[in-house]
Amino acid sequence: MAGFLVKRFLQAIFVVIAITLLVSFAIRLTGDPAVTMFQGGGSMTEDDLARIRAALGTDKPFLVQYSDFLKGMLTLDFGRSFVGGTQVSTLIGKAVPATLMLAFVSMAVSIALSIPLGIMAATRKGKGVDQAIRIFSLIGLSFPNFWLATMLVLLFSITFNLLPPSGMGGIQSYIMPAFTMAVILTATNVRLVRTAMLDTLQSQYVMVARAKGLSESKVLYKHALRNCAIPLITYFGLQFGGLLGGIVVIERVFNWPGLGTLAFDAVAARDYPVLQAVITVLSLMIVGINLLVDIAYGLVDPRIRTE
Amino acid sequence: MTIKQAKPLLAVEGLSVEFGNSRVVDDLSFVVQPGKTVAIVGESGSGKSVTSLSIMRLADTMGAKFAAGRIVFGDRDLLKASQKEMRTIRGKEIAMIFQEPMTSLNPVFTIGDQICEVLMLHEKMGKAAAMAEARRLLDMVRLPDSEQLLKRYPHQLSGGMRQRVMIAMALACRPMLLIADEPTTALDVTIQAQILTIMRELQKDLGMGMVFITHDMGVVAEMADEVVVMWKGKKVEQGPVSQIFADPQHPYTRTLLAAVPRLGSMTGEEFPKRLPLTVLENDVPTVVGEERVQDTARYNDVPLLSVKDLFVRFDMRKTMLGKVTHRLSAVSKAGFDIYPGETLALVGESGSGKSTIGRTIQQLQTAHLGEISFNGRSYSAMSAADRFRMRQEVQYIFQDPFASLDPRKTVGFSIAEPINTHGLVSGGKAVRRRVDELLERVGLSSAHADRYPHEFSGGQRQRICIARALASDPKLIIADEALSALDVSIQAQIINLFMDLQAERGLAYLFISHDMAVVEKMSHRVAVLYLGQIMEMGSRRQIFETPRHAYTRRLLSAVPVADPSAERNVTLMEGEIPNPVRRVGDEPAILAHEEIDPGHFVAKSA
Repeated sequence: MAGFLVKRFLQAIFVVIAITLLVSFAIRLTGDPAVTMFQGGGSMTEDDLARIRAALGTDKPFLVQYSDFLKGMLTLDFGRSFVGGTQVSTLIGKAVPATLMLAFVSMAVSIALSIPLGIMAATRKGKGVDQAIRIFSLIGLSFPNFWLATMLVLLFSITFNLLPPSGMGGIQSYIMPAFTMAVILTATNVRLVRTAMLDTLQSQYVMVARAKGLSESKVLYKHALRNCAIPLITYFGLQFGGLLGGIVVIERVFNWPGLGTLAFDAVAARDYPVLQAVITVLSLMIVGINLLVDIAYGLVDPRIRTE
Repeated sequence: MTIKQAKPLLAVEGLSVEFGNSRVVDDLSFVVQPGKTVAIVGESGSGKSVTSLSIMRLADTMGAKFAAGRIVFGDRDLLKASQKEMRTIRGKEIAMIFQEPMTSLNPVFTIGDQICEVLMLHEKMGKAAAMAEARRLLDMVRLPDSEQLLKRYPHQLSGGMRQRVMIAMALACRPMLLIADEPTTALDVTIQAQILTIMRELQKDLGMGMVFITHDMGVVAEMADEVVVMWKGKKVEQGPVSQIFADPQHPYTRTLLAAVPRLGSMTGEEFPKRLPLTVLENDVPTVVGEERVQDTARYNDVPLLSVKDLFVRFDMRKTMLGKVTHRLSAVSKAGFDIYPGETLALVGESGSGKSTIGRTIQQLQTAHLGEISFNGRSYSAMSAADRFRMRQEVQYIFQDPFASLDPRKTVGFSIAEPINTHGLVSGGKAVRRRVDELLERVGLSSAHADRYPHEFSGGQRQRICIARALASDPKLIIADEALSALDVSIQAQIINLFMDLQAERGLAYLFISHDMAVVEKMSHRVAVLYLGQIMEMGSRRQIFETPRHAYTRRLLSAVPVADPSAERNVTLMEGEIPNPVRRVGDEPAILAHEEIDPGHFVAKSA
């Protein structure tokens, strides 16, 4: 286990360096933050721009800037935002919980829906329930999520005035963003659970479990489900990573104060320190999720544990 | 019919089972008396497994409809019981053991948990009491170290051990009826003998009735009191076991019994013999084919294949830095020759290394040490192009005809592939003609070329695999348990096909098998393998008539005899084959061989 963790840690460092290097380099190709900051700010000389660049530190060579960023990262000091001068770590500290909460709630809702629905579809393969679940999952897949989000806001916030249209507050504020994300996730997850379950239900040990006289729910939820766990965990892990990326749109629509919103604004303003920090945190999260997935494999499947 | 006792344990009366529009069991009736065993015999697709699943009412989950009949167990008609009622009967009053011990246990739960589950469900035991009882049950099926075993997972156990766990689990609630669906088919003969003995003894102790489903007449002779023969969903014959064997009435039963390979049937014969077959033609048993002495081996020629001091090892465990700490010696210092036109059988139990040898010859596996030469040329001296050509000269036929054909390609494509790969015939029409010839040669028709594998039965698929092997015009065919998955009647046909091809083309076979009776029928010479080493090697007569090594004798004595009146004299092998994974440095002792008679080699004990 220790060896495994060490390997994973080294891997994480490599991943973070590779991603941040690529992102830092790429964003510098898109424009000069000094110019962006002064857009519409009247006339400006080359001297003014040079002074701003010196203040921001963007006049130094790229590799120097990048190594400064790495050094800062070791002490969790990501510098100050180009816009407003707030400590980047403060911004990140506020945004991370907001995004994680939303992502977790969305995933949890989706898993809670897709497992029973997927099992139901698998056990009634080809029957009405299965067809209905498949049709709904197809409809769910084809919704553009920003459209769904807008419709929800129109209906529940504007027409019925039941839910807050935007921002992060109490539980109520989670309902619409989490639901929007969960719909898309569930649409794929149901099909995944169904397929994995159909495979497992063919197994001899499921027949044996039935031959023992176990109830159908024990057979399905105890014996079969744990055996489909490996593909499910793998997919849910990947999906969580994708979710962190895809959350940007939803956060914008609902004005959710998370990493997505932060990243979006940072890109618009060429706010390098903020963007680099967001990307670093996101990649760390994804590496972390993958680590959890690997550990979970061992927990659910003894055959992997002994290897 | 037997004399009807007052109250049978189970009475199946006029049972008909349908899946969709096809009737798979038709008007089946039989009774099981307490403490007695009824064997249901038939080929795959005869409806015997559906019958057992119907008694359990598990066939429902597969979509079965019960068109007619009753299944009376005690006072109840099980066909009228709800699934809820059935759940109180399943596992408690009627228990079932399945064919595949490797997949019967749930891989993610411990052995202890899986046995306890039944006890806690039906006997309402607490966890601790259930665990203690589970341990007693494991002792009962003679599994060593039961305390530790409770905490282990199925993948850590061998097939034989798993099947014993299954038996322990099935017997946990002392059922009145045990249904065993081919419980030993997937096991080695020595393990089979152990399992059958345990089942017989426990049946006596617990006084339970048994429905024993099998296609192996040897097992029937050993286990059954009463035999029901099924054919195409119908019962064609029923009677006490001695009567069925001594005086079979129905043509199908007669052909079935005629096809059973019997150990010792070739005693006194110098060469294998191609024997005529009894087949059903318009429901009349007809003897077809010729009798021919298979004197095809050309021992004066240079050996076609020569294996010298072959070692194959697998690295099993490594340290973090990649240093190997544990190793499995799959093959240790194996050596033999195969002559043109000869059949050499490699026999042994699972884990003996017989398949590894075959795979190494076919270059699917690299040897650790040793030399393999073909036609006098060593593999190691060959260029890459020559070694590639070897894949044309040597062909492999696998055990599972279902898994060894690409389901998305037509049969014609699969057969044509080696022809195209090795550029043997050029032009689409010529290739097609060759494919047609091959299909016809193996007893199929050229019209089959455009069909897909799933449209064929197991026996037909194995014929297709043979056609594919022949396509590249090989000199040597490695048949790796190629008959094991087939019904006996099909098996007999394929054996004859193998022999005919050998006579026609002078083919040599490396025949890898665990079935001693088939080996006796087919082979010129035999090598017995145990834990990767050859224990005994000699002509068929030497091995079967004067076996010298203790292991060979035990292997032979474990084979069930298809004769209910035969005295059984089994030297039961206790326990399992030891774990072949060893620490590096702790290498297995290499046994020396002694030539006790010309060509008869026996390993000296270490």
